[in-house]
Amino acid sequence: MSVGAEPAVIPGAFSGTDKRADFPVFERLTGTGQRLVYLDAAASAPKPQVVIDAMADAYAHHYANVHRGIYELSEDATQRFEAARRKVAAFLGAPSEREIVFVRNATEAINLVAYSWGRSNLAAGDVMVTTQLEHHANIVPWQQLTREVGAELRYVLITDDGLLDLDDLDRHLAAKPKLVAVSAVSNALGTINPIVEITRRAHAAGALVLIDAAQAAPHMPIDIGAIGCDFLVVSGHKMLGPSGIGALWARRELLEAMPPFMTGGNMIIKVTMDGAEWNEVPQKFEAGTPAIVEAIGLGAAIDYLTGLGMANVREHERYLFEHAWAALGEIPGVRRLGPDDPEIHAGVISFVLDAVHPHDMATILDHHGVAVRAGHHCAQPVMQRYDIPATTRASFYVYNDLDDVAALADAVRAAVTLFS
Amino acid sequence: MDNLYRDFILEHYKNPHNQGVLDPHDLHYADSNPTCGDELSMTLRLTDDRAGIADVAFEGRGCAISQASASILTDTLRGMSLDAVRAIDPKDVLEELGVPIGPARLKCALLGYKVLQGAVVGGPVDWPAEAEAV
Repeated sequence: MSVGAEPAVIPGAFSGTDKRADFPVFERLTGTGQRLVYLDAAASAPKPQVVIDAMADAYAHHYANVHRGIYELSEDATQRFEAARRKVAAFLGAPSEREIVFVRNATEAINLVAYSWGRSNLAAGDVMVTTQLEHHANIVPWQQLTREVGAELRYVLITDDGLLDLDDLDRHLAAKPKLVAVSAVSNALGTINPIVEITRRAHAAGALVLIDAAQAAPHMPIDIGAIGCDFLVVSGHKMLGPSGIGALWARRELLEAMPPFMTGGNMIIKVTMDGAEWNEVPQKFEAGTPAIVEAIGLGAAIDYLTGLGMANVREHERYLFEHAWAALGEIPGVRRLGPDDPEIHAGVISFVLDAVHPHDMATILDHHGVAVRAGHHCAQPVMQRYDIPATTRASFYVYNDLDDVAALADAVRAAVTLFS
Repeated sequence: MDNLYRDFILEHYKNPHNQGVLDPHDLHYADSNPTCGDELSMTLRLTDDRAGIADVAFEGRGCAISQASASILTDTLRGMSLDAVRAIDPKDVLEELGVPIGPARLKCALLGYKVLQGAVVGGPVDWPAEAEAV
């Protein structure tokens, strides 16, 4: 992979090659002096300069605490913070920004639902459903919840192709679960789950539905209205925004009925020595000074993505996926996980080789300037399903191009040669 | 990388020495590397005076660095006193590998050492400070 390679031609709305100029991290060379081929967006995404600038500007010129000060600077900060909330709502197709709760990340959002809604609505003998395909963030909070209240947690199993087994879902729905918690896209395999159909079936069985959109919202259009779900969670850092900010969306009446998750300042209307009255939603769930500038940074990231168009982002990644899937498939010994069909496979490719352990693969790729993730991807039940300790995972985003796909394939070939 | 995956590392990975389970054995311990999921299980047989190591075998699955490191380490153990085993310096284990280990791979390289110390102590031991660079 040479630095001076011809820019790859990307049919579609934008060129990944050109987009790299928006991300200052690509100005640096790797430790081995090569162009950085970043294929780990599924873990966390690089930040475009516009996000960094928005945060620096907020700290430099618009910073005060929010929802408190009766002075112009605080009102300025509050207005920018609340504008970010409106951007998140619009980006996700939420009916109202008052249904958007700022949290640290998708993990915290799921924990909020598990602690607040879960402990009020699940009781001994109740059933709830998650899946074998989930990130640990959508498993462990439910394990804790169900163990604490004496409820039963059931898992929708996955097929050999990495799809959720919808017949298995139907079997669990027959037990009348209170909640179905499922990801829109698997971070480990890249599977795009049929969340509209799952939501329809779950609602027909009387269950509420939580969608973990952490791996989907950065990469494809999300429309809460079209999904019809009851809760949806995202992380800012995977969608070009800063770390430390994410969002929970929930239907207004659910948020109204849920008790607070954390308590303290900002989330109250009145406190006496005898007790407290809760603030209205979403402030009821935002105790303490929030991540003000991180929210503003997330707003800038959403502006950037909206400028590209999420349908275009999805199309771009589908194109890269198809080429990378084919290129890896030509390398002897490579076993690709997840569905073949690009319609239901996001820009995330997990693969294994018998001859090369994923961690050795990642080290060798790193020496070729290619950054990938190796490990269990916080989805150990998926690894157990395929009886593998780990996979190597390449994940694409707006700044990737066909040069990156070629660099990946070349480096994998080099690893195979080294270990043969 | 060419420095890391030298031929002798790959040779130890593909054909590890001291493979298997000693039955019977005096000491046994198994542990894993949480960052990689590398797994290693070690059995040891003691000398008649129970002060030294008569024989050793390990089983595991994981990356080339973890398995080669365990292969190289176990080669040095026969005849060694338990006091000397406890005194092994993790730096020497890294040195013995003879290849540059980056911070992300230190736990791979020291998993064999950790399992050995766990077997001698008879229970869980902390990662050595040398493994905590990341």
